Amino acid sequence: MGIEILGLPMMYYIVMVVKVLVAFVFVLLTVAYATYAERKIIGHMQVRLGPMRTGWHGLLQPIADGVKLFFKEEIVPSQASAFAFLVAPLIALVPAFITFAVIPFGGTIELFGYKIPLQVAAYYDTTAGQVFDVNVGVLYILAMSSLGVYGIVLAGWASNSKYSLMGGLRASAQMISYELSAGLSIVAVFMLSGTLSLTKIVELQSGFGGFEWYIFKQPLAAFMFFVCSLAEINRTPFDLPEAETELVSGFCTEYSSMKYAMFFMAEYANMVTVCALTATLFLGGWNGPFAVAVPLLGPVYFVAKVYFLMFFCMWIRATVPRYRYDQLMHLGWKVFIPLALVNIVITGIIGYFI
Amino acid sequence: METLFFVIISLVAIISAILVITCKNPINSALSLIMTFFCLATYYVMLDAPFMAAIQVMVYAGAIMVLIVFTIMLLNIRVNATQKHSHKVLLGSILGIFTLINTVVLLFKSQAAKPVVGGYTGEMIKNIGHSELIGREMFTTFLLPFEITSILLLVAIIGSVILAKKKI
Repeated sequence: MGIEILGLPMMYYIVMVVKVLVAFVFVLLTVAYATYAERKIIGHMQVRLGPMRTGWHGLLQPIADGVKLFFKEEIVPSQASAFAFLVAPLIALVPAFITFAVIPFGGTIELFGYKIPLQVAAYYDTTAGQVFDVNVGVLYILAMSSLGVYGIVLAGWASNSKYSLMGGLRASAQMISYELSAGLSIVAVFMLSGTLSLTKIVELQSGFGGFEWYIFKQPLAAFMFFVCSLAEINRTPFDLPEAETELVSGFCTEYSSMKYAMFFMAEYANMVTVCALTATLFLGGWNGPFAVAVPLLGPVYFVAKVYFLMFFCMWIRATVPRYRYDQLMHLGWKVFIPLALVNIVITGIIGYFI
Repeated sequence: METLFFVIISLVAIISAILVITCKNPINSALSLIMTFFCLATYYVMLDAPFMAAIQVMVYAGAIMVLIVFTIMLLNIRVNATQKHSHKVLLGSILGIFTLINTVVLLFKSQAAKPVVGGYTGEMIKNIGHSELIGREMFTTFLLPFEITSILLLVAIIGSVILAKKKI
């Protein structure tokens, strides 16, 4: 471990690469099996069996789907704007994945005398004796999620089809509106925590066996953030950009093969990210019984919380019908934004007197 | 290492800035502009200003450019490749070169280009946090300009509502 590159020990680079790989593989696997879980859960909720044929109880279904999409023919419409058409799925997918860089999925573990914080964009400074992570973690996530809209808008515009264009227009309007209320609703959390760093927000929620979680202090903010995030990533009941009954398949109507699969992956990766962020901000992140004493329990709790929230998303999809477009805009601008502002004012007043 | 990184980012920034004005298709221009904003955000990160970087991406790349792309899509601007503006290009280049020379002369003659050593060091930003430092300054030293800006924004919002809704 004596080798140093650019003033940092060799271990630093090895650990970084391993952390990136672990986070990436986790998201990819979760995305693959989230599609399976979604079909299975919704199937059982609607008294069906869901996929049963491929493997035991359809367990190999995501792999079969992947192989099928991979070998399909790539079709680029002749009137499409080629560059934007090719680049749109990438723009949709990348922000969904890189958001995971700042989410802490565990405490600090020690390996060969080198302390490793379980968060991709973080390191342990031995001279200062503390963990440094991205100081503006939450803002980074908001910034990245605001970029996700380009993928969908470009896909809609570049396809040169009216269904795609309608889908793209709806998506951009919806995502701008709900980004605003999602951002405003978590301002109340910053007011309690006094920091934007996700590591510190998780640390602040560690006491009293779960009663320090911000969901108990800010129930309204938690609810609004989760709903607005669902709308921002176009999940049911707000999946108007790809409303099958009106727009065929919305912005991805003209897409085929792996490019379609990339939109699909982006949607599920966004869902994982939103659930991870909700778990971090409101459900105490990786905190849980004995999580501080046994550091490897942290990731287990974190993954359990994320999967619970994802189950919740699927449950919502099986239960709630789709909103109408004017209802959606009404809800975003006239209900959630004023509520978020009122919540900020109330938090400020209470914080001033306590 | 940092210089090499800076050179790469600058190359991307300059190429995408050139593409903004040379692309025939307005959407491709808008995409290049987003790329330029991204490079600016990278500069902020290299200058120990992560808060500025996040705000740069959020506000410029995330909000303003979405509106611009949205407008281009709604108006569905057709590319008019047959029209040629050689005179305008000439006029524009002369003005551009003049401005460039002017800026260079100003930068080299005045004190503006000299680095100023302030109270905020990289170590301090790392320990206290960039957003905390900005917040403290904004709500103490620069409270009045901050409030005036918010009133300005309020005026803009009311103005746009009045323009959009003739009958209330």
